[in-house]
Amino acid sequence: MTDPTPVLRLEGIVKSFPGVRALDGVSFDVRPGEVHALMGENGAGKSTLMKVLGGIHAPNEGKIFIAEEPVVMTSPMQAKAKGVVFIHQELSLADELTVAENIFLGELPLKSFGRVDWAKLYARTDAILKKLNVRFTAKTRVGDLSIANQQMVEIGRALTVSPRAVIFDEPTASLTDAEKVVLFDVIADLQSQGVGIVYISHRMEEVFKITDRISVLRDGQYRGTLITADTDEDEVTKLMIGRSLDLSRNESHHEMGDVALEVRGLSCGTLFQDVDFAVRKGEVLGFYGLVGAGRTEIAETIFGLRNPTAGQIYLNGREVRIHSPIDAVRMGISLVPEDRKGQGLVLSMNCRDNMTLPQVDDMTAGPFVSDGAEIAIFDQYRDKLDIRTPGWRQLVGNLSGGNQQKIVIGKWLSMRPDVLIVDEPTRGIDVGSKSEIHSLIRDLAAQGFAVIVISSEMPEVLHVSDRIVAMYSGKVMREFTSEEVTEDNLIQAISGITEKVA
Amino acid sequence: MTLTKQDIGRLLAKQGILIAFAVFMIGFALANQRFIAIDNIAGVIRSSAILGVMALGVTFVVIGGNLDLSVGSMMSFSTIVVLDLHDKIGPTLAIPAMFGLTLLLGAFIGFLVGYLKLNSLIVTLGMLSAIHGLTLTWSGGKNMDIADKSGTWFSFFGQDRIFGIPMPILIFALLAVLLSLLLARTPFGRKVYAVGGNGQAATFSGIPRARIVFFTYLISAFCVAMAGLLQASRSLGSQNTVGQGMELEVLAAVILGGASLLGGAGTVFKTVVGVLILGFIQNGLLLVGLDFYVQYIVTWAIIILAVWLDVAAKRGRLWSPIA
Ligand SMILES: Nc1ncnc2c1ncn2[C@@H]1O[C@H](COP(=O)(O)OP(=O)(O)OP(=O)(O)O)[C@@H](O)[C@H]1O
Ligand SMILES: [Mg+2]
Repeated sequence: MTDPTPVLRLEGIVKSFPGVRALDGVSFDVRPGEVHALMGENGAGKSTLMKVLGGIHAPNEGKIFIAEEPVVMTSPMQAKAKGVVFIHQELSLADELTVAENIFLGELPLKSFGRVDWAKLYARTDAILKKLNVRFTAKTRVGDLSIANQQMVEIGRALTVSPRAVIFDEPTASLTDAEKVVLFDVIADLQSQGVGIVYISHRMEEVFKITDRISVLRDGQYRGTLITADTDEDEVTKLMIGRSLDLSRNESHHEMGDVALEVRGLSCGTLFQDVDFAVRKGEVLGFYGLVGAGRTEIAETIFGLRNPTAGQIYLNGREVRIHSPIDAVRMGISLVPEDRKGQGLVLSMNCRDNMTLPQVDDMTAGPFVSDGAEIAIFDQYRDKLDIRTPGWRQLVGNLSGGNQQKIVIGKWLSMRPDVLIVDEPTRGIDVGSKSEIHSLIRDLAAQGFAVIVISSEMPEVLHVSDRIVAMYSGKVMREFTSEEVTEDNLIQAISGITEKVA
Repeated sequence: MTLTKQDIGRLLAKQGILIAFAVFMIGFALANQRFIAIDNIAGVIRSSAILGVMALGVTFVVIGGNLDLSVGSMMSFSTIVVLDLHDKIGPTLAIPAMFGLTLLLGAFIGFLVGYLKLNSLIVTLGMLSAIHGLTLTWSGGKNMDIADKSGTWFSFFGQDRIFGIPMPILIFALLAVLLSLLLARTPFGRKVYAVGGNGQAATFSGIPRARIVFFTYLISAFCVAMAGLLQASRSLGSQNTVGQGMELEVLAAVILGGASLLGGAGTVFKTVVGVLILGFIQNGLLLVGLDFYVQYIVTWAIIILAVWLDVAAKRGRLWSPIA
């Protein structure tokens, strides 16, 4: 069999940043009509490779070929003109503009005298939105959309031209299952038109479902390419992290203590109503539901970011009023928020300072922040969470997406809170670290912390939780113990099918 | 490894200010030998001290993610008030009273921007003119002079020397060290960076954003009061408009030093460098024989250059080819 000409080929790409050799001679190609997965741990260099391809970073060495013709990429616009389109890991939309303007940014259809042809713009956008099967319109302001819907807009951008190659960098990190199905349809459609697709993801089940080949990077080096049909998760994992994973659930049953946090009749306007639950010391309580079910809002209310309209919160049996995150932190509540860039990190600050931010007041020697104490905390959690960075001085903005997420987790774990709430804790995290974070959550519970895990990933909730609260549209539908829960009854509960069971 | 066009762009963007400064300095030194004479250099530092003291305070405001355009007119206010009170209640009481009143103005701005979350540009631009009105009301529009200029110890801050070092330089240096420690080494300083770098993340970290912003304006007002004291003590008499236009020079110095207008970046030390760069360039322009007024234009050009390079450093190239 002769290989068709690859639509895209990279040869010996080297890219260094100060202190990091992010790519070390990587070669890689994509054929027409193929979905090619790019996998690797957090910080392995996947996003960097794609940024080199897109003209955002200039490589130190190496060549790029499009349809076997050598090119030098100097800007994303140029890449797009050559038929290479990117869906980036970090959203890059203009909040104040409409969906249509965002999708056609830089290439708005024009009438005479440079006036924008709005009718044409909206018509073309509507056609794209129809393909994406979304519920918002071309005229919606992007800032008003949920993260998942913004992701769909980002995907829409790829559909304005007829591309030769489309690169998806963790497109599903914040999509719901239904939206994923749409995305996969879009990909299949592109594939049938002979477009080559690079698909970066940490989710094995997706990779095995839609890709043809899998290439693996490790520490910036190319580790090989596998045919998806001839391999399995274990082999890919070994190539990625150099060992197999123990995916069995940590069943160590430990004594549970008293109720640490209890919530009674908690409501917040239309966001959620009449929520009751309790979590004990030593217990992991999972919250499962669709995006928009009100789980994040409950967490934010407990953390003092929203004012409840009714109901009470009890901490260690005492009723408390939490007016601000300052109160919450003082009372021993930590929240790992779902939006790491917006809510979790100060990107212009270094790794250590980000991690110690909530407790900087307590880390002083005299009037000054104690360097030693801070570095000790940073080192401890860098090792515990396996954070890949050249040092604590590195700006958080320069870390890979997954390592950024680990900084946020470290930041709140190091507070040693009584109640730890984690909202989508493993979004964008590689398989190895994911299972480490899961066992970390179990360990914390074993040490007597009360942990609440909010997740949209069913395997994750099933894996870590002692009990699971299923939510649908702002209401608690049902509570499950880990013995009674099954995938089926959980799905039923979060789609609002079962009636509430007391 | 070859230097690509992108690398050169990045280097220019990052170190552009220093490169431009070096070119200026060499040009001035070639044009006029006096430029690098010791007494000229000391003179530049001395005459930059008042501006410098104000820039130290504004550094906190800018890193916290806001602007302060009221410092020039607030400095006029402090100067007029302390001169007026000097003859009425004596210097010992006049100085603390003036500091108190100036801090009150700072607290008011801090309240509006921090707690009421009003846009700092609008608030401080408004305060620029409101405080000017306040100053004129206080003075009745007249120049303010100390009656007995030779018989007061009040000239100490502006005119005396300790160990041969002029007091303004000493105060500027001392304040720079103290504020540098406050910003770089204390929890408060850390929070200023966090609030300016990402306000929402700061809130999510349990940092009282409003209070931090409030305090940055208090610090700025304190520095303005100090600058007013130096100004009044140096001249022992003043017009109502003595600080007019200084807000832009101060901002230029802060941005020149590398503080980001978007907040979250900058240091006290860099601001001091920015102040000196500005001082030397203005001095150099005079020495090569350009009219005094030219420096207004040049200061504007420097602000634009600094802001441009700041943006360029962020996107890693000098201009964006995208739309
Ligand atoms: N602008 C930058 N400056 C310095 N270092 C950088 C920069 N961008 C990336 N790096 C470093 O390069 C390495 C590779 O990062 P990259 O973002 O490509 O990882 P990734 O494989 O996409 O990881 P993830 O799965 O977490 O998204 C990391 O060590 C990262 O810290
Ligand atoms: Mg990445």
